[in-house]
Amino acid sequence: MTLTEIVDIQKIRADFPVLDQEINGKKLVYFDNAATTQKPIAVINALKHYYEFDNANIHRGIHTLAERATRDFEATREAVRKFLGAASTEEIIFTSGTTNGINLVASTYGRKFIKEGDEIIISGLEHHSNIVPWQMLCEEKGINLKVIPVNDRGELDMEVYDQLLSEKVKLVSVNHVSNALGTINPVKEIIAKAHAVGAVVMIDGAQATSHLDIDVQDLDADFYAFSAHKLYGPTGVGALYGKKALLEAMPPYMGGGEMIKEVTFEKTTYNELPYKFEAGTPNIADVVALKAALEYMDSIGRDKIAAHEDMLLQYATEQLLQIEGLRMIGEAKNKVSVASFVIEGIHPQDIGVLLDNLGVAVRTGHHCTQPLMKRFNILGTTRASFAVYNTIEEVDRLIAGLHRVKKMLA
Amino acid sequence: MTINEIQDEIIEEFALFDDWADKYEYIIDMGKKLKGLPEDQKTEDNIIKGCQSRVWLNAHKDGENLVFEADSEAVIVKGLVSMLIRVLSGHSPKEIAESELYFIDQIGMSQHLAQTRSNGLVSMVKQMKNYAIAYQLV
Ligand SMILES: Cc1ncc(COP(=O)(O)O)c(C=O)c1O
Repeated sequence: MTLTEIVDIQKIRADFPVLDQEINGKKLVYFDNAATTQKPIAVINALKHYYEFDNANIHRGIHTLAERATRDFEATREAVRKFLGAASTEEIIFTSGTTNGINLVASTYGRKFIKEGDEIIISGLEHHSNIVPWQMLCEEKGINLKVIPVNDRGELDMEVYDQLLSEKVKLVSVNHVSNALGTINPVKEIIAKAHAVGAVVMIDGAQATSHLDIDVQDLDADFYAFSAHKLYGPTGVGALYGKKALLEAMPPYMGGGEMIKEVTFEKTTYNELPYKFEAGTPNIADVVALKAALEYMDSIGRDKIAAHEDMLLQYATEQLLQIEGLRMIGEAKNKVSVASFVIEGIHPQDIGVLLDNLGVAVRTGHHCTQPLMKRFNILGTTRASFAVYNTIEEVDRLIAGLHRVKKMLA
Repeated sequence: MTINEIQDEIIEEFALFDDWADKYEYIIDMGKKLKGLPEDQKTEDNIIKGCQSRVWLNAHKDGENLVFEADSEAVIVKGLVSMLIRVLSGHSPKEIAESELYFIDQIGMSQHLAQTRSNGLVSMVKQMKNYAIAYQLV
């Protein structure tokens, strides 16, 4: 394997002020990127600039600030459309994040179009955010929930998926990339097969958008949700893509300002897309700053980001496997830069506490995927997940840290 | 020894360590030495909520005094649990209920443990006191 520089790593690191600090006297190594990524100065400045110069409520005022805020807000919608490869900005709904997007679809499309005795398919790799909303819907309406099992490598069992599909299935919801294991799921195939039996497909893109090129039209996804905070953007904002015809047929999610055309006490008519699903004053500042995050990724090159992360994952996996008693959880052929592992006889929490004292931030526990942990018969894992600003030297710090931790706990 | 005398003793022991690793090694060692609980006592009833890892706590009366036994699947937590038992177990319910625990702060442990985890310890202390209050009433 080659360790040649794919990106200008020193320049990139300088873009992320938070990285330049010490934890317990040691330089911070941030490997919890699957939980949330750090923010480049361009995003921080976009937020600051918005509040310093442009703050106003959107789509309402006719004054200059309102026009500026509206223009920037809508410019992000266009940037997200392009980012996802959607046909039209009417198909891009701003949300507070992935969880919000999935709940929106479950509460509107799900409530209206899925009935008692119908079936919904999810997978054994799902985050609780893509389990619980469907369970709630199933309980309310008497719908049956089916689960695509996971094989020992952490991949979906596509043969069982084929068997689960039938005319009864009305919706399939799976993640594009697993947060706990990093597995990239064959969503294009999953979607095509679901469409063949007449089911619509929701893709949880939370972990995919920072690593993969997304093209919702090529995938033929019906719904696609993501969170800005996992792709170098601010917290509290995300987007839901939905095919226009579906969004038009769906009832609104929340009632309030912005989503209406005309209100009388007798009857209210709803606004057109996408505003029909954006009740109330949205998270304007964070939406505006999301555009800076997308531009930041483009300025480096999404292919280069992916190549750099793949290099880190490959190096880290090789090094990790040399640690005695260490077992990787999730060895899919196609995966993003997530290294999840267990070490025999050591509780992940002990690893996390000691690594933190060594300045290395990892995630330990069940990663909001309790059914998946049960599948592997483990309490949880230690997960190191890499982003564009991480380095080989940092991976070395993790490996040295793990050797130290093992010695301390031996 | 009173509860506070034991706390002071632990604080003195920790004063000898000058780096984080020594402290943790000591805690890990205590965690390993704690006898723990037999599997049949690791019940849902005995689980302490709020811990990232599971902690089980059991209490019974020995004469006038209250005795605690506990276990955890994570060894650092088990070490901290072991210290809590050393401080609180074997005292009267009244003493336990009225005690004020200052040693965790003083040995620099609350600062080293992230909030979610120390919340687990906080719930464990709360549970120990709840047992003491309950046994005071009977
Ligand atoms: C696969 C996956 N789905 C959904 C979510 C939920 O995202 P959010 O908390 O931003 O709504 C996450 C976040 O951890 C995730 O990794």
